[in-house]
Amino acid sequence: MPTGLPIEFSAVSKTFGPVTAVDDLSFSVEPGRVTGFLGPNGAGKTTSLRILLGLVTASSGTATIGGTPYHRLPSPLTTVGAALEAASFHPGRTARNHLRVYATAAGIDIARVGVVLDRVGLSEYAGRRVGGFSLGMRQRLGLAYTLLGDPGVLVLDEPINGLDPEGIKWIRGFLRELAGEGRTVLVSSHLLSEVQQSVDEVVIIAKGRLVHRGDLSTLDTDVAPRVVVDSPDRARLADALRAEGLEFSDGRTGLLVSSPDPARIGHIAFMNSLELSALFRQRAGLEESFLTLVGGGELADHDEHPAAPDHAEIPEPTLDAGRTGAAEPAPDPDPAPDPATAPDAEGDDR
Amino acid sequence: MSTLLRAIGSEFLKLLTTRMWWVLALVMTGYVAIAAGGLGAAFGYLSEHPDAARSNGPGAGGGVPTGSGLEVLIYGFATTVGYVFPVLLGALAATGEFRHATLTPTFLATPRRGLVLLAKVKVLVVFGAVFGVIAWAATIAAGAATLGAAGLPTGLDSSDTWALAGRGILAMALWASIGVGLGTLVTSQVATIVIVLAFTQFVEPLLRLAAGFIPATADIARFLPGAASDALVGASFFTINGSTQADALDWWAGGLVLLGYAVVLTVLGYLVSWRRDVS
Repeated sequence: MPTGLPIEFSAVSKTFGPVTAVDDLSFSVEPGRVTGFLGPNGAGKTTSLRILLGLVTASSGTATIGGTPYHRLPSPLTTVGAALEAASFHPGRTARNHLRVYATAAGIDIARVGVVLDRVGLSEYAGRRVGGFSLGMRQRLGLAYTLLGDPGVLVLDEPINGLDPEGIKWIRGFLRELAGEGRTVLVSSHLLSEVQQSVDEVVIIAKGRLVHRGDLSTLDTDVAPRVVVDSPDRARLADALRAEGLEFSDGRTGLLVSSPDPARIGHIAFMNSLELSALFRQRAGLEESFLTLVGGGELADHDEHPAAPDHAEIPEPTLDAGRTGAAEPAPDPDPAPDPATAPDAEGDDR
Repeated sequence: MSTLLRAIGSEFLKLLTTRMWWVLALVMTGYVAIAAGGLGAAFGYLSEHPDAARSNGPGAGGGVPTGSGLEVLIYGFATTVGYVFPVLLGALAATGEFRHATLTPTFLATPRRGLVLLAKVKVLVVFGAVFGVIAWAATIAAGAATLGAAGLPTGLDSSDTWALAGRGILAMALWASIGVGLGTLVTSQVATIVIVLAFTQFVEPLLRLAAGFIPATADIARFLPGAASDALVGASFFTINGSTQADALDWWAGGLVLLGYAVVLTVLGYLVSWRRDVS
C-alpha cells in the first residue's frame, strides 16, 4: 500500500515580470484526507501546483513533498501522481501508448498501463487515438497517468472540469477512495460546489494569497459571521444597537448584525430591558462564504433569503463564465430549479 | 536501468507510436528515388543518344559526363536532396512537445530536463541514421537500376561507393539532431517548419550559388550547413555547375562543422526554452 506524504508550501512566491501570481503562500496538506485547493481562475492555483511539481521555478520559497523538492525525488511517478490539464496528449497517439511512453520513462512495469486504464474505465478505448477523445475521457486518461506509479500523493488540477454528471459522481467516490487508502489528495477547483461533497479540508487562495485554510465544516461559520436578532419592539432594538455602534441591516426575520458574538447582542438587549424573540448566529452558506473570501460575493444582499440553511440548494455561481463556454460546460450536479423556466412553476399564475 | 536509458526508451516509443516517422520516411523515399532514378535514366538516354545531347543542350557542351562521379552525384541525392527529412523529423519531435504540452508529463516522469533532451537527441540521431539507410538504399536501387540498364558504370563494386553511403548516413544522423536543436530553440512548430524549408530549399542554395562566384565569400559559404554536409558526404548537387567543389572542406571537417551546428543549436535551445517554466 502506498504511503501518503505531506505536501508543504512554505513562503512560496512567483512573479512574472510585474505580475505577482503567487504571494508568500504557506500551507501543508496531510495524508489520508482530500484537500480542496480553491480559488477563482487566475488566483494562482495552477502556478502553485506547477511550482510544487518542479515545472515552474518559484521566485522564492520552497514547496516539498515529504520534505523533498519534486526534482530531487528518487522516483517521482511512484511518489506523486499529477494531472495538470486535460490537453497534455499527442492527439495521434493511442491512450495505451500515451501511458506506455511515460511508464517507460519512469521505469514502471508496462502491465500497470492496463490496470490504470481499467481503474478509470477507459479499457475499451485503450487502442483509440486520444485526438478523438471527449474532454471527460481526457480527464480520465489524465487520472490514469497519475495512477501509473501507484503513488501515495495525488495532485489534481481541476479534475472535475468537463466531466458529465455520471463522471462527477464517479470521481467524487474515487477521490474519497484514494484518501481512504491513506494517500494525500490535493484537488484544485474554481467551484466550491464542485468539490464540497468530496473534500475534508479546504485551502482557499485569491490573488495569489492564502485567504482561508481549515476544515470544510467550519468555513461558513468562520467567515463574515453575522447574528440575527429580533424583538417585538424592533425599533427600540435598532436604537440600542446603533447606540453601541454596531452595524446592521433589516431582514425578514430580524436585524442582521455584523458581529460574531450573539452574547454581546444579548447583553445589549438585557441592559436595555428589551424582550427578544430571536437571537442566533447565522451561517452564511458555504458558497457565499467562499465568494466572500475570494472577493467575488456580497453578503449584504442576503435579505431576500435570510433563512438559507441548506447551502446545497444555492445555485452554483460560476466565477468564470467565459471558461466553461470554451470547453464542455461543467454539468450542474445538483441543479436548483429555476422558477422562470421550470414547467411546474406555471401553475402558480393560474 | 538508469534514468537515461529509460528516457531513451521513452523517446523511442514517442516516435514509434505516432505516424509521423513513417510518413516522412515514405515521402523521402519516393522523393530521392525519383530524383536518382530520373537523373540516372536521363543520363542513360543521353549516353545512348549522344547527338540529342549535342543538339539540345547548349549548357551540356561536350556531352554526357560519364564515368566516375556520375553515380556519386546520383546516389548522393539521398543526402544532398533528402537531408531535409531528418531535419523535419527532429524538428517535429522537439516542437511537438511544446505544441501538445507533453513536456508536462515528460518532465513529471523525468524531472532532469537536460537528460531528457540528451535522450531525445540520441534517439533522433539513430532515427536520422535509419532515414539515411532508407534513403541511400532508395537512391542506390533506383540509380543503379537506371544506370545499369543504359550500360553505364554503377560503381556498386567499388568500396568508394559504400564509403560514400556511410558518410551520407552519418550526415543524415547529424541533420536529425540539428532538427532537434532548432525545434528546441524555436519551439513553434509552424515557425520551425517554415525556417527549415525556407533555409534548406531556398536561402542556402541561393547563398551558395551567389557566393560561389566570388572567392572571398566562397571561403565563408563552405561553412554553411548544407555545404558542410556535402563536404562530409563528398557529393554535391552543386558539382553540376562545378563552381564550389574545389573549395569544399575535407570530409571530416565538414562533419565537424555539421556537428557544431547541432551542438550549438541544442545547447542554445536548452538554455533559452527547454529549462524554462512549463505552463
